[in-house]
Amino acid sequence: MSTLKGSGPQTSDAPTPEDAFHEAAALDARESEPRHGSGNGGPVLAADGTPLKRSLARALRAQKMRALALIAPLLIFVLLTFIAPIADMLFRSVENQIVRDTLPRTVEALADWDDTSGELPGDAVFDAAYTDIFLAAEYKLHTRLGSRLNYELTGVSSLFRKSGRGLDDIGEVYLDQFEDLDEAWDEALPWAELMGTADSVAAYKAWVKAEDKAKENNEDFNDPIPAFEMRDDIADVLPRTAEAYSRFATFVRDEDEDSPFEEEPWTLVVTRLYEDLRDGDVSSYNGPRAEMLKAADALVDSPDFQTADLQAAFGEIDEDWLDTRVWQTIKTYSPAYTNGYFLNAVDMQKTPDGAAMRDEDERIYGLLFKRTMFMSLVITFSCIALAYPVAYLLSTLPMRTANLLMILVLLPFWTSLLVRTSAWKVMLQQQGVINDVLVWLGLVADDGRLVMINNQLGTIIAMTHILLPFMILPMYSVMSTIPPTYVRAAKSLGATNWTSFWRVYFPQSVPGIGAGSILVFILSIGYYITPEIVGGTTGTFISNRIAYHISSSLNWGLAAALGTILLAVVLILYWAYDRIVGIDNVKLGG
Amino acid sequence: MAVETQAVKQPIQFSAPVVGAAGGFAGVFVGAANGSVLMGILLGFVILAALAFVALAVLDPKLEKTFKLVLIAVMAVAGYLLGGLPGLVVGAIFGWFFGWFTYWIGMGRHRVPLPPYLTSGQVLWEYSFRVIAGAIFVFLITPILVVMPLSFNAEDFFTFTPEMLRFDPEGYSLKHYRDFFTSSEWQQALRNSLIIAPLATLLSVSFGTLAAIGLSSEHVPFRRAIMAILISPMIVPLIISAAGMYFFYSRIGLQGTLMGVVLAHAALGIPFVIITVTATLVGFDRSLTRAAANMGADPVTTFFRVQMPLILPGVISGGLFAFITSFDEVVVVIFVGSAQQQTLPWQMFTGLREQISPTILAVATILVAISIMLLTTVEILRRRSEKMRGMSPG
Repeated sequence: MSTLKGSGPQTSDAPTPEDAFHEAAALDARESEPRHGSGNGGPVLAADGTPLKRSLARALRAQKMRALALIAPLLIFVLLTFIAPIADMLFRSVENQIVRDTLPRTVEALADWDDTSGELPGDAVFDAAYTDIFLAAEYKLHTRLGSRLNYELTGVSSLFRKSGRGLDDIGEVYLDQFEDLDEAWDEALPWAELMGTADSVAAYKAWVKAEDKAKENNEDFNDPIPAFEMRDDIADVLPRTAEAYSRFATFVRDEDEDSPFEEEPWTLVVTRLYEDLRDGDVSSYNGPRAEMLKAADALVDSPDFQTADLQAAFGEIDEDWLDTRVWQTIKTYSPAYTNGYFLNAVDMQKTPDGAAMRDEDERIYGLLFKRTMFMSLVITFSCIALAYPVAYLLSTLPMRTANLLMILVLLPFWTSLLVRTSAWKVMLQQQGVINDVLVWLGLVADDGRLVMINNQLGTIIAMTHILLPFMILPMYSVMSTIPPTYVRAAKSLGATNWTSFWRVYFPQSVPGIGAGSILVFILSIGYYITPEIVGGTTGTFISNRIAYHISSSLNWGLAAALGTILLAVVLILYWAYDRIVGIDNVKLGG
Repeated sequence: MAVETQAVKQPIQFSAPVVGAAGGFAGVFVGAANGSVLMGILLGFVILAALAFVALAVLDPKLEKTFKLVLIAVMAVAGYLLGGLPGLVVGAIFGWFFGWFTYWIGMGRHRVPLPPYLTSGQVLWEYSFRVIAGAIFVFLITPILVVMPLSFNAEDFFTFTPEMLRFDPEGYSLKHYRDFFTSSEWQQALRNSLIIAPLATLLSVSFGTLAAIGLSSEHVPFRRAIMAILISPMIVPLIISAAGMYFFYSRIGLQGTLMGVVLAHAALGIPFVIITVTATLVGFDRSLTRAAANMGADPVTTFFRVQMPLILPGVISGGLFAFITSFDEVVVVIFVGSAQQQTLPWQMFTGLREQISPTILAVATILVAISIMLLTTVEILRRRSEKMRGMSPG
């Protein structure tokens, strides 16, 4: 495949624009020398009158552009369908925006908290967490965040699920008391009147009338509810309530496709109202529902008013909230990008004091990586051991016989991977062909059938068989270039069989071993199907773990981190392969 | 080889023990099957050594054919007595082998293919080497061969039933093939495979051929980098490609669609097209396109009338590689596809993992037949293309 390095044998004598370009340059150089004798001055011109050099440069450029234009569609295709996914995977292995996006206030509040102090964070953090988790629960994002953080600290998932339901209780305390004071606090419209512009409230009332009228006349009424608009000045009187209510209004409009005119506000809004009434002064307010608000203010200021302590309320929902580890985890994973997945992938974890190894019994990935490496090496060596005699035989036999035997190598190579894997499943089972034959021969007792599947042995046997052609083919192509005369010469000079093989033949076959080994090793290290089917639990590879994290545990970040590490290993090996053998020497089917 | 080795009759002191040793080896298995390995070895040695003595030292060498036939018959009968119908077959094979082996050793025929100067040790090594290599070939091919007869099993077992071993027609049936052709799941999978693979092949071949032509021109900036990108789908482990595609395609809404699977498979097939087509273009004589242009053909005509017919073998075999890549692919389709895109290999994979059914073996046999056809086609194309380019047929 030397075409990739330059022109092939048959094209070397054909002139190219570049040759002509060099020639023209040489001509120019000669012209610039002082001339002797007569002759026309000036550069050589092409037929159309432009200087030959420029016209050739243009031709060369046109050729480059044409080549690029031919390559461009495929390049774009591969970039979009293949490189972009790989880049996405690399990105996902560090991406961690979910914490920051779901709990923005909490993350900000936690910035001031010293996570090594061993003390619980202050009220500001609990207050922020109340808002964040309440909103997340309304948008149904809290379970996602819970399962994300559960990868780092077991139990967080159920903690968040519980809290999503439990946080309503805090506001209920206030709502009940306001409701006892005035039933209107538990209705949608009074709130809307308090918070909305007069125009939008009027528009809504008109709409209600129109609807009632239509009902009386038994007519169809399909006009949409008029849009709710927040009043600007209410934020001056009740800043937190206004903010919470406006979030509520947006939510009701976008998510529920309903209207704040017809939906009672969240308990979060009630809590905020209590806080505003506690801290602020509403006596100057004289907008709609001023009476109701002032009565509530008076109630809040009275000593009988019951309040809920946020920290205690959180503790009531789940006492884990009073465990600093939960807050440490949130703080540790609050940055938008994290190396946490990579640390997990090498059996480490983030702690407030920096990265640390996990407990002995929690380390699985180191073991898996080691096992993947070990088994790939075993497979590579068994392939070398099995492929060497075959490749040697094929390269020494006469061409016709070798070609016939080559079919025995190429047929497995061309047969579907699934077919070969199912064949091994059939052969290796305890009630399978090999065991049956052994029992029939009497070499193995019927009750002592060999266990050859669902363990490392099964994976090694099946994968050695599947990857063997990838070892035989490069070895064969190297060995068939070794002249047999060398070994004969060595023997005629007195070398023994062993010496002539080991000192003369073997060194020349090493490139074939190298090429085949790297190829087989690269292929086996990322294998998924065969270990999954014949590997059981002890014969699986790191790729099986990646698949598990993608489809079962849904820890995509960890899967991406494991994949990135695997990819890095493969790329290093591939680089080595390129240095030793050259990409261009990849051969398909002999 | 200039010097031909002659077949020289070996002394009986050599032949009888060698044949006896082989008999002893066979006796291990016969003995094990009948209770006593040691007796097997002893009897095997004694019987075969005696037979060799009779054949080589007592009988007339002209009786070779008769001796061999009698041996086959005797061994077959003995096998039948010991192990029923399967024993008969094994016995006949033993008889044939030992008849041949006795004369091959005894008459010195084993030395004929080898140089005459080899010592006995070297001869022994040479043949043990061939036996080892033969065993490796058996290892390579057996799994594929075992699948075929098992797919005709009348029972739902994954192993040979006693009926099959007795060659009882009752033991064989086409029911697993019937299952395959009547089950809606398998048929849906087959249909999906037959939709996805050609579409993916079409995409990778059309883009790939153009790009290969571009790449083979002499002035391509960043050729190494471009090549590395285009070959990368072949280098990156499938599980990583699958993971990346799963993440990315679900972001852009292609996950679980036919389109997504086709695009993914096309990307995986591209390196094969690039490699085979650039290999074909090595021998392409560029002056032909110039000649065509010189005679007034526009680039499109030149491509289809001059260049394409010459590189067609490479394009077709690249296409076959791309086809088989897509047709065999499981990992990516499992992640990128959804239940509606279940392909044949996927169905086999779930079948192997969960409800294991011998229908898989029928499918496997069909797939082996397909791959034999593809292998033959690629091989023919390769030779044709090499002949065209004036290289020696490989």
